[in-house]
Amino acid sequence: MRFERRANVPWALAVSAPFAAVGAALALSAALIIAAGVNPLWAYLEMLRGALGSRLAVTEMLTRAVPLILTGLAAAVAFRARFWNIGGEGQFYIGALAVAWVGHDLISGLPSAIGIAVLLVVGMAAGALLLSGPAYLRLRYGVDEVVTTLLMNFVVILFVGLMIEGPLRDPLAFGWPQSVPVDGTYRLPDLIPKTRLHIGLLIAVAVAGVVWLIFARTVFGTEARAAGFNARAAEFAGVSLPRTVIGVALLSGGLAGLAGTIEVMGVTGGVTTTMSPGFGYAGIVVAMLAALHPAGVVAAAVFVATIFVGADAMSRATGVPSFIADVIVALALLTMLAALFFSSYRIRR
Amino acid sequence: MIESLDLLFSASLWAAVLRIATPLIFGVLGVLLCERAGVLNLGIEGIMTMGAMIGWLTVFLGADLWTGILVAAVAGALIGLLHALLTVPLGLSQHVSGLGITLFASALAYYLYRLIVTVGESPPTIDPFRPLDFPILSEVAFLGPVFFSQTAPTYLALALVAVMAYVLTRTPLGLAIRMTGENPHTVESQGLDPTLIRIGCVMAGSALMALGGAFLTTAAFNSFFPGMVQGRGWICIALVVFASWRPGKALLGALLFAFFDAYQLRLQAVVEGVPYQLFLMAPYLLSIVALILVARRAQVPAALMIPYRRGER
Amino acid sequence: MSTVLHLDRITKRFGGLTANDDVTLELKNGEILALLGENGAGKTTLMNILFGHYAADEGTVNVFGQTLPPGRPRSAIQAGVGMVHQHFTLAGNLSVLDNVMLGSEPLIRVRSRRDEGRIRLLALSEKFGLKTDPDARVSGLSVGERQRVEILKALYRGARILILDEPTAVLTRTEAERLFDILRSMTRQGLSIIFISHKLSEVMAASDRIAILRGGRKVAERANSDTSPEELAELMVGSRVTRPKREAHSIGAPLLAAEEVTVHLDGKPALNNVSFTAHAGEILGIVGVSGNGQVALGALLSGVAAPATGRLTLEGREIGGLGPRAFIAAGVGRIPEDRHAEGVVGELPVWENVVLEQLATPEFSTRGFVRRSAARSHAADLIKLFDVRGATPEMRISLLSGGNMQKLILGRALAAAPKVIIANQPTRGLDEGAIAAVHAKLLAAREAGAATILITEDLEEAVDLSDRLQAIVGGRLSRPVAVEESDSRRLGLMMAGVWEN
Repeated sequence: MRFERRANVPWALAVSAPFAAVGAALALSAALIIAAGVNPLWAYLEMLRGALGSRLAVTEMLTRAVPLILTGLAAAVAFRARFWNIGGEGQFYIGALAVAWVGHDLISGLPSAIGIAVLLVVGMAAGALLLSGPAYLRLRYGVDEVVTTLLMNFVVILFVGLMIEGPLRDPLAFGWPQSVPVDGTYRLPDLIPKTRLHIGLLIAVAVAGVVWLIFARTVFGTEARAAGFNARAAEFAGVSLPRTVIGVALLSGGLAGLAGTIEVMGVTGGVTTTMSPGFGYAGIVVAMLAALHPAGVVAAAVFVATIFVGADAMSRATGVPSFIADVIVALALLTMLAALFFSSYRIRR
Repeated sequence: MIESLDLLFSASLWAAVLRIATPLIFGVLGVLLCERAGVLNLGIEGIMTMGAMIGWLTVFLGADLWTGILVAAVAGALIGLLHALLTVPLGLSQHVSGLGITLFASALAYYLYRLIVTVGESPPTIDPFRPLDFPILSEVAFLGPVFFSQTAPTYLALALVAVMAYVLTRTPLGLAIRMTGENPHTVESQGLDPTLIRIGCVMAGSALMALGGAFLTTAAFNSFFPGMVQGRGWICIALVVFASWRPGKALLGALLFAFFDAYQLRLQAVVEGVPYQLFLMAPYLLSIVALILVARRAQVPAALMIPYRRGER
Repeated sequence: MSTVLHLDRITKRFGGLTANDDVTLELKNGEILALLGENGAGKTTLMNILFGHYAADEGTVNVFGQTLPPGRPRSAIQAGVGMVHQHFTLAGNLSVLDNVMLGSEPLIRVRSRRDEGRIRLLALSEKFGLKTDPDARVSGLSVGERQRVEILKALYRGARILILDEPTAVLTRTEAERLFDILRSMTRQGLSIIFISHKLSEVMAASDRIAILRGGRKVAERANSDTSPEELAELMVGSRVTRPKREAHSIGAPLLAAEEVTVHLDGKPALNNVSFTAHAGEILGIVGVSGNGQVALGALLSGVAAPATGRLTLEGREIGGLGPRAFIAAGVGRIPEDRHAEGVVGELPVWENVVLEQLATPEFSTRGFVRRSAARSHAADLIKLFDVRGATPEMRISLLSGGNMQKLILGRALAAAPKVIIANQPTRGLDEGAIAAVHAKLLAAREAGAATILITEDLEEAVDLSDRLQAIVGGRLSRPVAVEESDSRRLGLMMAGVWEN
């Protein structure tokens, strides 16, 4: 048996791959739901109802999708250029922490819109700065960025803990470890009144568009893709690899930082060490489900958010542990990998 | 200041070093075996979590401790098989598959755990491995508590370092494994199957990683709780680079890391006015520093992360 | 003489391509059979089927009267077949003994019998005159020494039939002659040998019998004594393609010059104090056996590597180490040594590949955005101009054949009418038609006044195209000689490192 690369991946096959992957992940997870003594169809139905069954549910789901779109884009951008940024979680937190610090009272008095713009930039800068460290270590010393970005996640979360128990502690939180909140003037306005859904959704979708534009249409994006596929050939053709790595790292780190920023400005107000249920890691799944395509990232983020939000509701209704959401999402990543393979290769005897 | 130096001479510190190093030794040997055959296994963090849960669960359900460890190793090997199938015959990205395995194995472990222990319940405990008591030896001042009062799996880990070093350098199998990580085409042209060798190494390596996890629940602690692996797997990935893919140096690296970890824990109690998070950060930061120091000199297996598909040149 | 090997009606297809079409071949005991054919004729595929790397779609392999199961190298080895691959299958980080012993013992054994292995290896090395050091690391060996290890590896496994794939591609002429002496002595000790080659002279000099493959079919078989180089050439190529000829013309001003340049690769000097000057309208051939510093020279001249000492100047201005982009901007057109690794990004479409070098210029981008229609139409023009068959701007470039990919790379390098052309092994692995096309383009650029540096292993190509020649040996360059004043003997000596300064 051999695998043979297809000359062209049929359009229908490429589009159906993620659906097949998700279907397989749901089918495999059904066995676990049965193990919990629950009919999986009922569980999945409850899940759908929990995420999409009411206007409120949908807004909750979309609220959850916002940071996932951004961390998904962060991973997609980096992986496109074969820069393995696994540190989205850390960049998320540093972006969150930066706006809590700056947005609490450092920039008081600015008009709301300008303050918001300043904070978005601050959050991006914080994430970008954090990832520039591993990027530099890779370029200067040849240190693999996988390990450094992973380890930095732990360092950053400890750092956040240190700050919110120390200098940035919210005195009004009655000992609950939480940072000072962002000034109310700079909170992101609601998209739909009386729900938690904020205009961060529009920002995230717009950012996806910008990322698509960068990668599909600009010199930088083309060079980054070339360097990702074949660094030697790109270098031979005059692409500066250090510049590409730094550029990609700043963009990727900035996007993950923006995710934390928007989550604080739109939802939580302040920072806690438990505010992310693994948005950084889930971003990797989102990016893979999307086959690293920015438009796909938005769709994949909505899917992952549906699973997460739906699983909470389903868990309450059926008693199936809500960890099933993590199982489904992780399985979807693995099945998607396999699906991508089988859509671009065919089997020969 | 004096107190912090005094700590260095306490037997309890050095006993803790060996204890803390044990899961890392298992893990680092697992990573080493996978990578010597040419496969990066970022699934380690999840495999350790699964090993910890399964080890605990098996004993909790009534089996003895060694059975618990064995079942954990089998579970680890099975998850390893999944990673191996995706990355070896299919040749998919070892990075992405490994991360997927970590996410999957952790989630599955937590899910299964929650099927048994509901939220809010305090984690059920088991009766863990007790420190061994060697006649006379355990009584020797300093050396006794440090070397002769460890739990049995610690000695197993130390023995495995020697076994791994021997197998890799002195046996035909070890040669075939090293060659697979250097140049799988060579292996194939000599009539061996690099695909099978890689799959086998990833399974065996994953079993070792799971042993490291199981040590946490059956010896270091006596229960399972979410988040207990705490990046130990990632540390092992870093340690293998630091060790230049050699078992002896890997042991050294694990001990060194464990020393810093044990020392910072004790320093926290002695040094005042410094936030405890800074101490906790230190081991992670030191790992990064260690990577910087060795990165340029490291002798990476030449075919690491390069997929091998038969009949492709 | 008895038949030791019988390949019966072998057919092998890769996708739409038939690499071997109904090939039957016999090898007699104690004989040296040459398998002659052009690149792409199916020689290597056939030998890979014999050895079990590939399974044939049809046909059988019979060794010493016993049919081998398809696709199992282990069975081939056990039956006594040994193969010396063109790209050596050795692990550089391990020792010679490690490389030789791999697979020779049962895997599950408490201790590897290395002492016995060492004794046997040394005995074999003595018996066949293949000197080697069992404890040397392979990465420190020269190409010739590595080839000896490969042969010893096969002998160690008890090979009685030895297959050598293009064994002289990496050897100097004297080394090659020595190798054939050794092979001849092996046949006297009962071995039978097949070697693959596309060089007529060595096939005539070293074989008993010659089988000629063309387009995947065996077109003829001749006893050495019954044929001539002329006949073989015709059988090998079929309809004769004539390569274009260089016409004498006057040489212009010096353009690209190196003065005592040293280049380090991986911290070691790979190019030592080399000097050369290429003039307008001139092709300067740098000829030598591979592995003698060509990689470093190519890296230097394409801008990827910087000189550690010395100067590289273009029209008098220092250019060494400024990076590929500066080279391109200064009018240096570059053809890399390895098409797939350095020449193209296989996953990207043709159009992105052909404009990648020029992406940042106003022609193909405005304010950082790619001018896609301009780039696409440029790609379409190049496809037409350089006769790239079966290509469209949108298709993934890895789908092109080697020859067509090379034409596209050539087009990318030559489209902007460069002052200087760096052609590094421009025809390696191409068939006769593609070679002629590449040569024609290089000669046309010479007519137009470009200074070309041609780095090649192919002496015939070097003599055909170059005005002057320099030999590259061990990272050093000989003094230039005019092609008209040199003969094959002198060039052979130069390539072996014998020259007067």
